[in-house]
Amino acid sequence: MSILAGKKVVAIGDRDGIPGPAIEACAVTAGAEVVFSSTECFV
Amino acid sequence: MKSVIKGAGYILCHVPDMVLHNGTTQTTEMIVNPEGEYLKALPSHLRSWEDVLEYWPNQVYIGNKTPDELAAVPQPFYTTPCDVKERYGHFGQMMPQEEFTLLMQASDVFDLVWLDKNFVAQYKEQFAANPMIDETIVARIKDGIEISEIERLVKEEHSEGLYHNGTLVGCVKRAHDIDVNLSAHVMLENIVSKASSVLALIAGVQNAGYQKADIEYVIDCCEEACGDMNQRGGCNFAKAAAEIAGLVSASGSDSRGFCAGPAHALVEAAALVEAGAYKTVAVTAGGCTAKLGMNGKDHVKKGMPAFEDMLGGFCVVIGENDGVSPEINLEILGRHTVGTGSAPQNVISSLVTDPLDRNGLKVTDVDKFSPEMQNPDITKPAGAGDVPQANYKMIAALAVKRGDIPKADMPAFIKDHGLTGWAPTQGHIPSGVPYIGFAREDIMAGKIKRAMIIGKGSLFLGRMTNLFDGISFIIQANSSAEAAAAAGVSEEEVKSMIAKAMKEFAATLLAQAE
Amino acid sequence: MDLENQKRVLGFAEQYGPENVVVLLGAAEGEASGLAAETVTAGDPTFSGPLTGVSLGLTVFHVCEPQVKEEFDQAVYEEQVGMMEMVLDVDDIVSEMTSIRDEFCKYLG
Repeated sequence: MSILAGKKVVAIGDRDGIPGPAIEACAVTAGAEVVFSSTECFV
Repeated sequence: MKSVIKGAGYILCHVPDMVLHNGTTQTTEMIVNPEGEYLKALPSHLRSWEDVLEYWPNQVYIGNKTPDELAAVPQPFYTTPCDVKERYGHFGQMMPQEEFTLLMQASDVFDLVWLDKNFVAQYKEQFAANPMIDETIVARIKDGIEISEIERLVKEEHSEGLYHNGTLVGCVKRAHDIDVNLSAHVMLENIVSKASSVLALIAGVQNAGYQKADIEYVIDCCEEACGDMNQRGGCNFAKAAAEIAGLVSASGSDSRGFCAGPAHALVEAAALVEAGAYKTVAVTAGGCTAKLGMNGKDHVKKGMPAFEDMLGGFCVVIGENDGVSPEINLEILGRHTVGTGSAPQNVISSLVTDPLDRNGLKVTDVDKFSPEMQNPDITKPAGAGDVPQANYKMIAALAVKRGDIPKADMPAFIKDHGLTGWAPTQGHIPSGVPYIGFAREDIMAGKIKRAMIIGKGSLFLGRMTNLFDGISFIIQANSSAEAAAAAGVSEEEVKSMIAKAMKEFAATLLAQAE
Repeated sequence: MDLENQKRVLGFAEQYGPENVVVLLGAAEGEASGLAAETVTAGDPTFSGPLTGVSLGLTVFHVCEPQVKEEFDQAVYEEQVGMMEMVLDVDDIVSEMTSIRDEFCKYLG
């Protein structure tokens, strides 16, 4: 069973890791709906 | 002619009481979890003045130690006290809280900063003895008022307290009863930024060998905004700081771009000088109270000192080509564009390899890369990793992808072309610029030929766009001698060609006459 | 995790049902990934945000973990994330994420 297909995805990215929009771009290809995407910054 | 880097100033202000009262991690905690363990534990994790003096990254920031020397120090750095414990360094200085509090008052021109008269009396002489503080600034210090009046201003007038060793010693008043943009909180943040920028400007101008009146333009690139409710980001911190620093001939303006601000501002400054609009431009930024103790929860949880107790400031002075100072090469600019996206490899390609490609250079042609130079002591315990190292790994990975280096050489490439981070997490302060002072020296000493300064910015924090940002530029050894020599050779060549043509012409004429 | 992000996560769990929400993380290292994962499963370990004491048990993965990676279009993943696998300590991230999921996730079959 897939994890992402048909699910509502919340992307919490990191400025010094993977940013939100990059996660979002991947998630939509797995059939998920991205309902929120943000990027955190610790610096 | 390309503009050159005439000098740089770097300053740190140790403000432990501001960590408690003005850092947003702490002020947020006071609202959401006032009785929590963190706020109880934090004071015992604050560092003393002696602690910050002997802290390796601080000594590198003000120029008493080099990045190479820091790289040899085992991490975490705080477990190894630095053998140099001086507050003054050849790039600038570390300023203790008592002096900085006086500098804040001296930088205020709207009667907003009020200090306890006993505090002023106790520290005014020490402040005046600071070699970077001249008599015009000392003359701005007021005698102060009764502490009871300060207590009243804090209790009844929404003033923000200024503390020293846990005791109230002054306050910043609100500049308007209703306008939140002029609230005491905002005014404190802005006056701190301005005061630390003043100190940075003085250091930068001094190190560049200029008189104060030589500076024609100042660009401020901090992350604060000033203005009232009708123009919240009207700004011009630049001119405000230049006034206090005594740069009488300077005009100025502000440039913003989150952490990438300084790199944008330096490119703008270099362009202004190269175009001839101004002969000397100082790029400056002061520090940020909001970020004090930003990752304090992690530091406290792990039993470490609360490292984020330093306000940072820097100033880089750009001048006309003097034939010796390192140049800013505006032909090799890295640009993160709207279309670049936020995928890390696209970001780093746009900033590092695209500009090199456009100029026929390899990644290995750049001797040192200075991306974001955050001190890993601060970021590693907070889960952000070693930020400079992550940048170097990305650059090295790109170099491998392009065939500039074999994969096995990645660690060596990172060691040779990279630096170990030493800058405080003050947002814009670590972003590429901390190395410029060393780059100037290393290039002039012939140790390196070319350095790339990389600024990156998190535009999404402003909630106006999800875009990332970045800009890079190259600092290189002065090429005017080479250019002149090259021009000289070609002139000779032209002359000899003309002479040869004339001889041939004469010979032809003679032949015709015969 | 940022307080506003916690608020949004809580809101989406209420709106769509926690069983329908998946959180994808992009944190820079293992411990930070684990803390974020703990926040959206067991509750905010820092006791600061709206998820303090709220055990949503949401399904949560780091974007570099193999289970979700295999569901992405590989070309898109390669373009958006690929290079970061050379930068991040993926093994450490996987181990932190796995231990949090095993303990707190409520909706993984």
